[in-house]
Amino acid sequence: MNERRAAWLFTAPALLVIGLFFFVPVLAAFVLSLTDFDLYALADLHNLRFVGLGNYFDVLRAPLFWKSLANTFYFVGVGVPLSIAASLGAALLLDSRLARWKGVFRTALFAPVVTTVVAVAVIWRYLLHTRYGLVNYLLAKIGIAPIDWLGDPHWSMPAIILFAVWKNFGYNMVILLAALQTVPAELREAARIDGANALQQFRHITLPLLRPALLLVTIITVAGYFQLFAEPYVMTRGDPLQSTVSVLYYMYEEGFKWWSLGRATAIAFLLFALILVVTRVLVRFGKRGGYA
Amino acid sequence: MNRRWQVFAVNGALVGLAVVALFPLLWMLSVSFMQHGEASTYPPPLLPSKPTLANYHELFERAGMGRYLFNSAIVATFTTLFSLALNLAAGYAFAKLRFAGRERVFQSLLGALLIPAQVGMIPLFLLMKWLGLVNSYGGVVVPALASVFGIYLVRQYARSIPDDLIEAARIDGAGELRIFAAIVLPLLKPIVVTLAIFTFLASWNDFMWPLIVLSDQAWQTAPVALAGLSREHVQDNELMMAGSVVTLVPVLALFFVLQRHYIEGLLLGSVKG
Repeated sequence: MNERRAAWLFTAPALLVIGLFFFVPVLAAFVLSLTDFDLYALADLHNLRFVGLGNYFDVLRAPLFWKSLANTFYFVGVGVPLSIAASLGAALLLDSRLARWKGVFRTALFAPVVTTVVAVAVIWRYLLHTRYGLVNYLLAKIGIAPIDWLGDPHWSMPAIILFAVWKNFGYNMVILLAALQTVPAELREAARIDGANALQQFRHITLPLLRPALLLVTIITVAGYFQLFAEPYVMTRGDPLQSTVSVLYYMYEEGFKWWSLGRATAIAFLLFALILVVTRVLVRFGKRGGYA
Repeated sequence: MNRRWQVFAVNGALVGLAVVALFPLLWMLSVSFMQHGEASTYPPPLLPSKPTLANYHELFERAGMGRYLFNSAIVATFTTLFSLALNLAAGYAFAKLRFAGRERVFQSLLGALLIPAQVGMIPLFLLMKWLGLVNSYGGVVVPALASVFGIYLVRQYARSIPDDLIEAARIDGAGELRIFAAIVLPLLKPIVVTLAIFTFLASWNDFMWPLIVLSDQAWQTAPVALAGLSREHVQDNELMMAGSVVTLVPVLALFFVLQRHYIEGLLLGSVKG
């Protein structure tokens, strides 16, 4: 067997799987989004009709779509900066020469990342319980009245953001920590000798060198957070007053509760387009700053 | 600021963060051993007054959690084994074997990473239905048999294998399959461990796709079943915590044993990308 034949033999199974179960469905999704595929079409394909961009217009006219979009932007807009701030803070602490037991701390802070979202969402639903939850108990200690975290539409999204920050900050922490460790110690040492304090060293030495890594984690996190689904599914079911219906949650309900599969696919495409646009803007914005 | 105070501040902050990260998990464990209704009191108890295994009994005898954990174990194990085989072979080929269109095909694979999995999910569901794989292990395992991320990871790693080594084996008359099995695979061992733990954890923790394709309870994985249980037993905190414990123990145990490999994989997959 020559090299070329071997290469085909080695790549064909994987390419077949990815082609058949990823690329074909994505292409089919576009066609599907142009049809009125529903329960009737599921029973008999003769009921399928081509509706052009009808699904897209329907979705764009649906108040719940705009609501879900606003909720998702809220989650991304507040959740991503908070998550990255937490990751950066933790990474700086772990990188400090003064820190002891670095390996143990890194493991502890990273542990929430590998947990199953559903299982930890169940825990947090209990932690955030209005009457018996530990969070309100601690707040009461400092004189704050109980908050109906998951039942009050003003607090439901902050609660989910809090949960997401806890669950995810360790991931970016590890990436930022690796980037921090490439910052040459001599550089900071030189700045220190020139009289820069810790904050100045951070602003003028560390932060600029960290820019590419920060841009990377921002893009990864934004793309991930736009796909919010399991958290509201377990913690709030999209309630109260639909304040935690995310775009994907809306897609799931349209698709698998009401079986409007054509419309659900259109929602998925709109989300995809949105993620592409936002990440492109971020890349451009990040590059204009100079380093990345 | 003197140095001792700084050491105290940095380590104190780290201890605080570690408590925030781990406390929910420890409390889950504690509550899972509490008497029925004990967790629904104020102030919230930290430790069970009379530790009991009743919640675990109920979880396995009445809620059928054993079956769901078994399903999860089967799905995650088979996904890991098969996808390792396919991704290793493909990743090696993309790194080391010369063939027409190699770069083009690989670039279009990387393009797939930009597309969220949910875009194709509904046609994939229809395809699975047509193949008769809805409500079967195959419905979850088959689409995960190969992954772009896995191929990418293996390719990155395999590029460091010297060409001379492979060339020398060819001159000695070794066939391509033999070269892969006897020379390349042993060199890829570190990335095999990394990819295996990555795949296993991702498969075990996966939620949205299993939720869609496994509507029949008999086939549900632990996270899907747990989500269903939590919607039914909203008030039964002790039972739900026990459910979370048994879902989390396998992944946390694996992570604590193999964390070095996991974090290496994470860095290989992101920073160097």
